Amino acid sequence: MGLLADYTLQNVMLGAALIGVISGVLGAFAVLRRQSLLGDALAHAALPGVCIGFMLAGAREMGSIMGGALFTGVVAALLMVALTRNTRLKTDAALAATLSLGFALGVVLLTWIQRRSGASQAGLDSFLFGQAAATTRADLYPMMILVGVALVGVALLWKPLKLMTFDPIFAAVTGLPVQWLERLLTAMIALAVVTGLQMVGVVLMTAMIIAPGAAARQWCGSLLGMVILSALLGALAGIGGGLVSALAPGLSTGPVVVLLATLLALLSLLLAPRRGLIPAWWRRRHRRSHTSTDRILQTLYDLAREHGDWHYRVEQGAVDAYHGMITEPQLSALADRGLVVPAQHMPDEGRHWQLTETGVAHAAEYAQRRRRRFGNGA
Amino acid sequence: MSGLADPTIAILLTGMLVGMSASLLGSFLVLRGNSMLADAISHSILFGIALAWLLTGQTSGPVQIVGAALSGVLAVYLIETLTRTRRLRDDAAIGLVFPALFSAGVILINVFARDVHLDEHTVLLGEIGFVWLDTLVLGGIEVPRAMLAMAVMLMLDAAFVLAFYKALKLATFDPDLARALGLAPGLIFYVHLSLLSGTAVAAFDAVGVVLFITFVVVPPATAYLLTRRLPSMILLAMALAAASAPLGYALAVWLDVSIGGAMALATGPFLLLAYAWRRWRAGRQKRSTQPVQSPSAPA
Amino acid sequence: MNRIGEGLGQPHEPDLALHVEDLTVSYGDRPALWDIDLNIPPGVLAGVIGPNGAGKSTLLKAILGLVPLSAGHVRLFGHPYAAQRRRVGYVPQRSSVDWDFPTTAVDVVTMGLYGRMGWLRWPGRRERDQALRALEEVGMDALADRQISELSGGQQQRVFIARALIQQPDILLLDEPMAGVDATTERSIIDILGRLRREGRTIIVVHHDLQTVQRYFDWLVFLNVRVIAAGPIDSVYTARNLRRTYGGQVALLDEGRQRNAGPENDGPAG
Repeated sequence: MGLLADYTLQNVMLGAALIGVISGVLGAFAVLRRQSLLGDALAHAALPGVCIGFMLAGAREMGSIMGGALFTGVVAALLMVALTRNTRLKTDAALAATLSLGFALGVVLLTWIQRRSGASQAGLDSFLFGQAAATTRADLYPMMILVGVALVGVALLWKPLKLMTFDPIFAAVTGLPVQWLERLLTAMIALAVVTGLQMVGVVLMTAMIIAPGAAARQWCGSLLGMVILSALLGALAGIGGGLVSALAPGLSTGPVVVLLATLLALLSLLLAPRRGLIPAWWRRRHRRSHTSTDRILQTLYDLAREHGDWHYRVEQGAVDAYHGMITEPQLSALADRGLVVPAQHMPDEGRHWQLTETGVAHAAEYAQRRRRRFGNGA
Repeated sequence: MSGLADPTIAILLTGMLVGMSASLLGSFLVLRGNSMLADAISHSILFGIALAWLLTGQTSGPVQIVGAALSGVLAVYLIETLTRTRRLRDDAAIGLVFPALFSAGVILINVFARDVHLDEHTVLLGEIGFVWLDTLVLGGIEVPRAMLAMAVMLMLDAAFVLAFYKALKLATFDPDLARALGLAPGLIFYVHLSLLSGTAVAAFDAVGVVLFITFVVVPPATAYLLTRRLPSMILLAMALAAASAPLGYALAVWLDVSIGGAMALATGPFLLLAYAWRRWRAGRQKRSTQPVQSPSAPA
Repeated sequence: MNRIGEGLGQPHEPDLALHVEDLTVSYGDRPALWDIDLNIPPGVLAGVIGPNGAGKSTLLKAILGLVPLSAGHVRLFGHPYAAQRRRVGYVPQRSSVDWDFPTTAVDVVTMGLYGRMGWLRWPGRRERDQALRALEEVGMDALADRQISELSGGQQQRVFIARALIQQPDILLLDEPMAGVDATTERSIIDILGRLRREGRTIIVVHHDLQTVQRYFDWLVFLNVRVIAAGPIDSVYTARNLRRTYGGQVALLDEGRQRNAGPENDGPAG
């Protein structure tokens, strides 16, 4: 309990929670709008702004540093839009170019400051990977303001943002100022990036935008649910990572938070009930055990009838495609009962199966039973 | 100190070699619309560099380059696997994979490599200013190790592009036709990205992993705006990258700032100039075609 | 029935330009093409028609080995595609490539030769001359050195056709060559295709415009995941086949149709 009363630790956890919430909320939009990497470009381009803010304030003052970062982030976004809209450069190249040039300018300014102001350099270095332990109560206030602005903005513009995310063309047709909304959303993503600079750092802030949104996407079908869950997961990763790095000094905060967020995303990808890979695999298996061997036999029978040859050889891939699953176990079971036999056809094809005389009789009987049970097709 | 081990010459030549090999391979990446893979690869190799250092105690040398390059290829493979699950778009997959590998690399360094040669800032930003310190003697000539590694990588990259130029071009322009003609575009893609990873590893001493992506993307993007043929685009991109090295060096010496950062930054003005030139041309074309009533209207 | 044990070297149905048997292609859970049998004799100009999502492009890609086959086989003049690469020309959808690519019309046409030039050899004067001749055939020789982004949609399409012609293919596969081109180009494309047919080549065209089907083609394939009908145009171009192809979802197996269709949702297909 003494641990949680620790003043620095309180700051760290509060700050990390703030970052998680804001990047989770805005990341949900970025992921859905396929703009995940926008956050990456904005974060790298924030580095020169950090340096400019420092130079203007003459000290490591969070307000002006965040202002500077926001400014260069927005300039980078404008440059990106100009490059894609006015030339034949594609989005990916424009993103990569602004990202890398912004970072290069940041590195140049960073070394310029370091070689002039000597001792105070330590503070700026931490913006690369984030250093949670350096967070003071005074650093938290500007962060709170940014989070407040972003949350109020999203709440006020909820309906237009939602419409624009799901159907930008329809949104434009209904008369929404889609271009302005896009710019606003970009600016708010820049807000999220700036909030996280201090603790997560410019290099890794992209993961905080993407991972919670990508994780929440797996669990939720609705935008509201997704945004809320994304914020919670972001906060969870932030608090967890903040704690670990505060307790194990020497570990940069950013990487720990990012690994936690990635872990959450991977777990969601595997476990989420509807979209998760393991439940999907389980459903396929379940369906497999419930798709009776009789149904598979029936498919072979129908195909044989269609081809006008009771001994028509059916390729296993076709049966798999028809049932949307691997049918090998059922076919082997049918073979054990002597209803089908494996066969070969063309040398460049897979395994085939062929009905035996008993198989044809069995399938015909099964078909008749079905017809009687379900009425004669009408 | 004289010859290749002279600090200025060593720094300039290494920078030019980094720029030329990066933009040679980068041209095809930009044309394929995969520029952000350069971002993913260059970040992800930090994991490989840290791991190779843990296992061998070295950060340079052929084994280390190959080993670390594998983590770049691993990143590409993971991105493709995640995208194939159809639970994530490719942009989200990229953004999920490379920060995780980069973070894993930083944490490995944090935990195991405290106070030694390898620290994450050097890996991130590079220290081209020191390349002349670490030399070896080759045929009686003292050669900086980083420069030698870059020269070898440039030769490998150039040999690959020259030998498989047709297949590489077709795999970039029309992968379906490349496959239909039997030119294995998937294989070409992986060899290309493996070489890019290897080049990034060899270059990290000089410019760092993040600045490497500048040379991969910016000079090819600039050349793309200025040329209309693939060979001229590639050559111009390499020339611009090579020119950025001395320009950046001069800037760095003048302002006393990071040399790698300044070299990367020096590619920027070329892009802005190319952009301005295209805008100016587009404006002039619009004015000169204005008298003709809407030329795009159907006849 | 004694085909079992036949080696890949042995021709199978060598008298047919295209022989497709039991072909199934599946993306994820649903078949895109299901149990397709299709034979096209040499020397016809065949149209493939069907609604969106019917698997028309997938059929061409399956023939060219660009998508994995779940089941079945494809033979061109009796042999698998891999053994017949040089006899087959392919014109993909125009939108499948980036026309901002820094290259010229004549260079794109030369790409058609890359397969037979081997891995390492660079194209030279001879290849350029061949490409110029192919461009001449489609009336584009004057624009040979134009950057491809400066060409109109119709001109780009003709460059693509020239790229296939340079291979001197016996079978030519075209994916919606008339999409988004002007009337003049459409007429010149159909002229070129008619000329190729008279030279004895086999042409298979994915087509979307029902208005022109009867004028353009002498063979027709109705496709909607399954082959609904295929044959000489006079015998298969019927209202019934059109209705069955475009009348909604086609059941994969007759048994399935009987099972699913009640009296109230018995569509026109039933």
